[in-house]
Amino acid sequence: MNRSATRAPYFEASIPMTDSVRAPATAPNEPVDANAPVDLPNRIDIRDLDIYYGDFKAVEGVSMTINPRSVTALIGPSGCGKSTFLRSMNRMHEVIRGAYVDGEVIINGRNLYGPGVDPVAVRRKVGMVFQRPNPFPTMSIADNVLAGKKLNSKRMSKSVAAELVETSLRGANLWNEVKDRLDGPGSGLSGGQQQRLCIARAIAVEPDVLLMDEPCSALDPISTLAIEELMLELKNSYNIVIVTHNMQQAARVSDRTGFFNIEGTGKPGRLIEMDATEKIFSNPTEQQTQDYVTGRFG
Amino acid sequence: MTILDNSPPGDTDASSIDEPVGKAGDKIFFGLSFGAAALILVTLAAVAIFLFLEGLPIFTSDTAELDGDGSFVSYVGPLVFGTIYISVIALVLATPVAIAVALYVSHYAPRKLAQSLGSFIDLLAAIPSVVYGLWGITVLAPVMARSVFPWLRENLGFIPLFGSDVPIAQSGRSTLTVGVVLAVMILPIITAISREVFIQTPRLHEEASIALGATRWEMIRQAVIPYGRSGVISGAMLGLGRALGETMAVAIILSPAKGYFWDVLTAQNSNSIAANIALQFPESSGLEVNRLIATGLVLFVITFGVNAIARRIANAGFSGADG
Repeated sequence: MNRSATRAPYFEASIPMTDSVRAPATAPNEPVDANAPVDLPNRIDIRDLDIYYGDFKAVEGVSMTINPRSVTALIGPSGCGKSTFLRSMNRMHEVIRGAYVDGEVIINGRNLYGPGVDPVAVRRKVGMVFQRPNPFPTMSIADNVLAGKKLNSKRMSKSVAAELVETSLRGANLWNEVKDRLDGPGSGLSGGQQQRLCIARAIAVEPDVLLMDEPCSALDPISTLAIEELMLELKNSYNIVIVTHNMQQAARVSDRTGFFNIEGTGKPGRLIEMDATEKIFSNPTEQQTQDYVTGRFG
Repeated sequence: MTILDNSPPGDTDASSIDEPVGKAGDKIFFGLSFGAAALILVTLAAVAIFLFLEGLPIFTSDTAELDGDGSFVSYVGPLVFGTIYISVIALVLATPVAIAVALYVSHYAPRKLAQSLGSFIDLLAAIPSVVYGLWGITVLAPVMARSVFPWLRENLGFIPLFGSDVPIAQSGRSTLTVGVVLAVMILPIITAISREVFIQTPRLHEEASIALGATRWEMIRQAVIPYGRSGVISGAMLGLGRALGETMAVAIILSPAKGYFWDVLTAQNSNSIAANIALQFPESSGLEVNRLIATGLVLFVITFGVNAIARRIANAGFSGADG
């Protein structure tokens, strides 16, 4: 998959990027990779984000910068709001009635929650992979890959479609396993294959960002390894954000790690610390983080 | 269990595993449930045997005394045609509306409205069919005759359904009016079953679609309808079964004639089997009664077949969708 660094801007009517958006005004959040320029497209800036479900405040005051061409892991105990936070990055949390946010999520200079931004358009640019593999059960493997693309464009010639199926499945390291049964049902695959099919489906629409919500929690170790290897390949083309309960996984695949925590039930989740993955797991600044990563709670 | 029991070892109290636990309750319940299940089969068999034995004479006796050419096939043919024709019209009218209502209730309406709308639809099913019949002939039929029929004849007369040499029924008592009334009658069951399967669409499938950037309608097309398709079909088949057997509404509204009639706007209409039995039975005697019962057997077979197909589709669809 050849994706140049300078791609079409995020929204068709994109605002020219201002310096205030571009400038790395976030000194503590410096990129891990010294070679990674901070003004690459698809950088995500989150500013003072509060997420609510009706009256309940689920997440409070999160600010972070997520650099492109890297894997960012979000860890924390159950119920700390990390999945909610992840879903707020493509407005998926809005499928729950009464959900709203206060704050800004800026990708390529556009606030996802700005006036006039269509959440459907956001989701076409920010893909998502879920906890449990969810290929469409009535569709064939090929149709599953094309599902998102068919929403965006009216008609595709057969050759274009076949090519897209192949590149996407190759991109998800699944091509060799399914190339002989593309017309077979997606539900006939193993769990790990189904999850890679879902990844192929997500990258077929060429999103800017790929969100993964505990993508390996329903998989066995071998399938998990396959997905982790895939993530390391995909980060060359996509900005990947992953929520995981598995700290070893975060340590293995991510460049930066954010730790979320809650003070107690009913209290909002907060971002406690975010830093290079190595630092979080060896010498974190906060005592809470230290306790969590060393297994003293959670 | 007595913890502070000082009785010597070997003393068998109620907690001993050698003693069988009381089985009387199990036996009684098994007997009752088995009896209830058997009763269903016995009843079904009794009805089938009755229809067969009482209908048999029409094939074995001398039928010269009967009207027409005396052949049973030429008697029951138009009735079978009428039964199926009216029911299919009802089905074609009701199914799209039922799917739309079910989708609105399951995926669009605010929760409170959805609940009350759902119970209103169920109320439609509680109205007796004779009431539908009275409403059909006093309210619907005149409206149809005045406004709908002339428009259809004028604008869609090139379709055989709406165009023939026979003038439109001024009373409105035609196949189309009956079809509309039956459509209203079978709407609740199709809606209820469709709504049920639409609601059960796994959240995972819906979210998969939304995350790909689907609008609400695209999500419904991509995730909800494929999942619910088999349920909708079996709901429609159950509705069809009800329409096939519907008696009172058809008997009250339809103005019947003998023969096959495609035009749905005229006063000449093929009657349905059930309505024909209801209308003819009081004036029948001897072999005529046997003939009516034989038509009942034909209806029984048709309804049985429709239900069997519905069941097969429902089973096949669900096992495939879960995968």
